[in-house]
Amino acid sequence: MLDMKGIARIYQTDLVRTHALRDLTLTVNEGDFTAVVGPSGSGKTTFLNIAGLLEDFDEGSYLLDGENVAGLNDRQRSKLRNEKIGFIFQGFNLIPDLNVFDNVDVPLRYRGFPAAERKRRIEEQLERFGLTGRIRHFPSQLSGGQQQRVAIARALAGDPRFLLADEPTGNLDSASASGVLDLLEGLHTSGTTIIMVTHDPALAARAPSSIHLQDGRVVGNDEAAA
Amino acid sequence: MIFYYLRLAAISLRRNWGQTTLMILAIGLGIGVCMSIVTINYLMAKDPIPDKSSQLYYVQLDNWDPNRPAESPNEPPDQITWMDHQALMSAAKAFRQTGNASATAIIRKPDDDNFRPFLARIRGNHADFFPMFDVPFLYGTGWTSDAHRDWGADQVVVLSRETNDRLFGGEDSVGREITLGNPTEFSSNLFRVIGVLDEWRPVPRFYDLTSNYFSDPAEIFIPFGLILSQGLSRSGNTNCWKPTGDGLRAFLGSECVWIQYWTELRNHQEKADYMAYLDQYVTEQKEGGRFPRPLNNRLSNVNEWLDHENVVQPEAKMLLAVAVMFLVVCLLNTIGLLLSKFLGKSSEIGVRRALGASRGSLMYQYLVETAMIGFGGGLLGLLLTWLGLESMLAIFGSDASNLMRLDLNMVVAAVALAIASAIGAGLYPTWRACRIDPAAQLKSQ
Ligand SMILES: Nc1ncnc2c1ncn2[C@@H]1O[C@H](COP(=O)(O)OP(=O)(O)O)[C@@H](O)[C@H]1O
Ligand SMILES: [Mg+2]
Repeated sequence: MLDMKGIARIYQTDLVRTHALRDLTLTVNEGDFTAVVGPSGSGKTTFLNIAGLLEDFDEGSYLLDGENVAGLNDRQRSKLRNEKIGFIFQGFNLIPDLNVFDNVDVPLRYRGFPAAERKRRIEEQLERFGLTGRIRHFPSQLSGGQQQRVAIARALAGDPRFLLADEPTGNLDSASASGVLDLLEGLHTSGTTIIMVTHDPALAARAPSSIHLQDGRVVGNDEAAA
Repeated sequence: MIFYYLRLAAISLRRNWGQTTLMILAIGLGIGVCMSIVTINYLMAKDPIPDKSSQLYYVQLDNWDPNRPAESPNEPPDQITWMDHQALMSAAKAFRQTGNASATAIIRKPDDDNFRPFLARIRGNHADFFPMFDVPFLYGTGWTSDAHRDWGADQVVVLSRETNDRLFGGEDSVGREITLGNPTEFSSNLFRVIGVLDEWRPVPRFYDLTSNYFSDPAEIFIPFGLILSQGLSRSGNTNCWKPTGDGLRAFLGSECVWIQYWTELRNHQEKADYMAYLDQYVTEQKEGGRFPRPLNNRLSNVNEWLDHENVVQPEAKMLLAVAVMFLVVCLLNTIGLLLSKFLGKSSEIGVRRALGASRGSLMYQYLVETAMIGFGGGLLGLLLTWLGLESMLAIFGSDASNLMRLDLNMVVAAVALAIASAIGAGLYPTWRACRIDPAAQLKSQ
């Protein structure tokens, strides 16, 4: 479903030219759970942002579900992102002014679901992640693990086919991190396609497949059978 | 989505209430100052009689000193003499015409000893005055043509609505009698009420711009000639360029100007004909030794006349410019505040983009928030405008009260201006916010 060929991303600043990604070719199939590992600065986040249509690329081609995304305008990309892709970030990135309910509501609003449908989905997700009692809490009133679970609930509320997680456990203690990983594994089992960026080999080992990035290049491709 | 955005805006504004207050203050102050000044300018400049302002012409004849104009560079005096008034009224060459002048008199009710006499503003005018100026009547009518019997006109009056309220408690007073007395002598004469006006307050009081034209209109109207024959006390401006003899007769035969003269001319032809008549009249007068200056007669319609008399004073226009600049400064401040507000939301913007918001929908969201600030600023601005006008009223006294009325137009305009200003001020910050690169935002986490 995700098909990248020869992707390059170059950042040109006044002083330096950084090849964040060079000639990246990669296919992710429906139902995969792929870890992207590599040292800091190797281009993992850049890859994830391109995959999630948040960022353009300079060379190569990218087909998402067979559709060439290069020709899409901002509205079309936003719509695709909204419908097909769920994001999870290292810093949780909940909106601090909004309570848990309203945070999970955000992607559903852009989807244009009616109120009843939104409410049903939000409650369903929060229940699934054991957050029903926190529905009116604000992010600052939650622990890191709870915040990340809200973020996952938010990413999943619109039923995306595709979950992109950037160091989802980077800000969590090991117990919470393990809990989040359990969740991701559960999602994978129920059919969600997941790409998870991490620099922690131990976490990467829990994903059935992984790719290794270094200096913007794929240096290893580990197709360990699940 | 509008309700969602309104709710988000309310949450965000409440969250940063200090910043919100500052922005509302900045816009409100700018609007308040600007609207106070605009209101005054607008009321000064508005056409007091829009349906007829292009058919009513003010007459100027240049009977002034051969050695210097009445007003530089070469303006004729702004009123006419008794002699010319008599000649123009008897010739009656216009469709309608009236001379008019102001006076004061002590008003009494002969049949009511308990009534406390008061000093009233009197206007002496001819019969055409009422139809010419579309003066509305509540009871009765004006008088019929008196042009040729000025000294012997019937002793009748028309009361303004307020005067009728004061004298007769608002009843139909047609047929009742009052006396008008000269404040400095002990004479007084009986007058019969033949008409009562409905509310009539042209602002500015265009029919007489020679004295404070934002003050209250006349309280009592009487046939023009009675000002003299009844020995009332004239109260308008009188200007002379050469000495006059003593006594009323000498004054009336002098070159002193004190009468405002209006004509109604319905089209270009009538206007051209009337101008020709004036020129011919003055030329004849020159043969008799009057009018030593070159021919310099003027016909100005209402708006030309308001302009000529500088009803909107240059200072007011300056002040308006300053007020507009003040608003601009306030808006620049608001732009700064909004920029910092929206740039402070970059991480939220990144998240919303990642969750599927297009640039357009973010733009919409933040413009709604800006409009909300604008609405708050508009309400505050309106309050300040009202306070501003009230305080000017306190400073300038009740003379200004006709001028400084906030009408509904102004209320709507103030709020609309505030919202438009806020959105105008919000466009650049919003645009900047929506250009924020979500990828870079999310990476920096
Ligand atoms: N917006 C940007 N402008 C300039 N350089 C960037 C930008 N984003 C990333 N880079 C550079 O690209 C490289 C890859 O960055 P990133 O994808 O964030 O790596 P990772 O997520 O693996 O740590 C780094 O050298 C980083 O400095
Ligand atoms: Mg990264």
